[in-house]
Amino acid sequence: MKTRKSKSFSGNFITYAMVIVAFLLCELALSGVIPGFKMSRSLKGQLVPICVYIVMAVSLNLTVGISGELSLGHAGFMSVGAFSGILVSQWLLSAFPETNLELVRLLAALATGGVVAAIAGVLIGIPVLRLRGDYLAIVTLAFGEIIRNLLNCVYFSFEGANLNFSFLDPNLPGNIVINGPMGAIGVKKLASFEAGFILVLFTLVVVLNLINSRSGRAIMAIRDNRIAAESVGINVTKYRMLAFVISAALAGMAGALYGLNYSTVQAAKFKFDTSILVLVFVVLGGIGNIRGSIIAATVLTILPEMLREFGNYRMLIYAIVLIVVMLVTNNPMLKSTLDSLKGKIFKKSVKEGDKA
Amino acid sequence: MKKILAIALALVLMATASLAMADAIKVGVIGPMTGPYAVYGLAVQYGAQIAADEINAQGGDIQFEILAADDQGDGELGVNAYNDLLDKGVNIMLSTVTSGSCMAVSTVANEERVFMLTPSGSADAITVGKDNIYRVCFKDSAQGLASAQYIVDNKLATKVGVIYNNALDYSIGIYNSFKAKAAELGLEIVAEAAFSDDTNADFSVQIAKMQEAGAELVFLPIYYTPASLILAQCASVGYAPVFFGVDGMDGILTLEGFDASLAEGVMLLTPFSADADDELTRNFVATYQAQHGEIPNQFAADAYDGIYALKAAVELAGVTADTAPEDACDPMIAAMQQITIEGLTGTMHWGADGEVDKTPTAVVIKDGVYVGAK
Repeated sequence: MKTRKSKSFSGNFITYAMVIVAFLLCELALSGVIPGFKMSRSLKGQLVPICVYIVMAVSLNLTVGISGELSLGHAGFMSVGAFSGILVSQWLLSAFPETNLELVRLLAALATGGVVAAIAGVLIGIPVLRLRGDYLAIVTLAFGEIIRNLLNCVYFSFEGANLNFSFLDPNLPGNIVINGPMGAIGVKKLASFEAGFILVLFTLVVVLNLINSRSGRAIMAIRDNRIAAESVGINVTKYRMLAFVISAALAGMAGALYGLNYSTVQAAKFKFDTSILVLVFVVLGGIGNIRGSIIAATVLTILPEMLREFGNYRMLIYAIVLIVVMLVTNNPMLKSTLDSLKGKIFKKSVKEGDKA
Repeated sequence: MKKILAIALALVLMATASLAMADAIKVGVIGPMTGPYAVYGLAVQYGAQIAADEINAQGGDIQFEILAADDQGDGELGVNAYNDLLDKGVNIMLSTVTSGSCMAVSTVANEERVFMLTPSGSADAITVGKDNIYRVCFKDSAQGLASAQYIVDNKLATKVGVIYNNALDYSIGIYNSFKAKAAELGLEIVAEAAFSDDTNADFSVQIAKMQEAGAELVFLPIYYTPASLILAQCASVGYAPVFFGVDGMDGILTLEGFDASLAEGVMLLTPFSADADDELTRNFVATYQAQHGEIPNQFAADAYDGIYALKAAVELAGVTADTAPEDACDPMIAAMQQITIEGLTGTMHWGADGEVDKTPTAVVIKDGVYVGAK
């Protein structure tokens, strides 16, 4: 029991260390202190989206990997977070134009994004969590589409501190902020790589601690055998809901950060494709493997940009890479070779350690 | 020996090619080269390339190199493409093709002082408050106003129906301004029906609504793909009003699998018609057809004109391949307001607000080609 616990601890430690080292390396490259070690504009522009997609992948992994529910509507929560976050941030700007509240606005946007997405998570969780497997997947998919279509019809505008809202009618007085299908316009960019890094750390703390807690074990017990879990007195609905809502809230925060990274965000961005993209990160990184999700989200966000040299064959090559990675990582022969290689290296290091 | 000779020749060719390219001003073209809007992105890329080739062939001081980057019509990818192009040393931008992406990219370009001329990003908000963003095409609201005005002036109909895409900013933008102008001119809109990208296969409900209301003219502020379905489905129920489109309708004749006879009599407001008689258009259409095997649409023409506008402005501003994008920005802004271009899409000059001043012309489709409507 004790060894198991220390193993999970060291695993978590590696995850945190990996993220922090990557952050420091990026900061070093950004500062350009070491000559020759500089980040290209292209990569620089992707830092915030990478953080956002990491949070999205880790939070979806909580639903898909830890709780065992296949959710296809994760982008729906992201869009709720993005739009509510933008709304709050822009409202603060409109209500208090004199004061410089960038940090407050960013935090308020992230908190609001998380809370609103959590509320959406509860609302959708009530009907969804009565279902299992494929049925649950289809309902979450439908939810994602409903959210997107609703956001296409919503109009918000500000007059100083006053907020105007209308459904389907674009003629609002004041300064329009959310303009139906044109999405949020004139957003003041607040997101930064540092904020993204802190959000990633926050997500890791929440998710990893949840997994290693009593609640986390209950969630995994329900995933592995629902009837057995119920028979020992675990409240199935409560724990499934817990995982689902936390996952939604984190996706909402990621959405808020994403929304504040661009001057304009349209509901069309958060369509089914985006949900699937995040699911691909989770599956490729390994279902239930948090560290894998982080790596997959990072690599698969950068990859299409690295492949720009291939011109129109870019997305074709991207797809082929996906297929190859899936096949290779699931190849039993390769797995055993890798394992034996690992064993050899490990043995070697032990021997060397003995020598020393 | 032959091999060595071939390699040596190739090396020499490469060396001269890179020498010739050394002084070229790099122009970044961002647009959807893949995905559902690829027709527009590719048309812009090809149109810009033809103009650049012509300018380079003249051998003047100004040489252009076109660097194209795909954004799939998405803002996030658009900003990525923008950063990638600047990494590659682009001096000025002829970007981006679609409005949504253009909104995101133009804000970044405005902050970072990179001069940008959009060939076809038509949302009104793109140029608002951004002094270094110019455009070649009409803005959405201008299209809606001009369409309503044209219908009234030419007495095409008194009862108008509108089918629009309520999930597309382009469509909504035109529709809203059309509606406002129609109300002002006393043009009666008897029926309005919306669809979205998810429901763009079956239009029977919308068509029935138009038919019941007795619309004599159906205004279609939408892209050509759904428009082609509407035309086909109207023909199948025997409903034949006048169809009136905007520049998004352009491209319908080259759509694969579309029976062009269905588009007979469709009117659209576009500044470019491929059958125009002037030498400039004839040459452009011939070159485009020889290279890509199809009739160029308005997007290609906008891009072609865009490159010539950039050439004139670059000349005036004294921008060279060595000018950094942020240094090129202010001289380019000043130059853009002074130039006048005789292009494929009419005689153009620009105001300080970044909007182009040119006259739209209505064309009608006759025997599978555009003919200037009288």
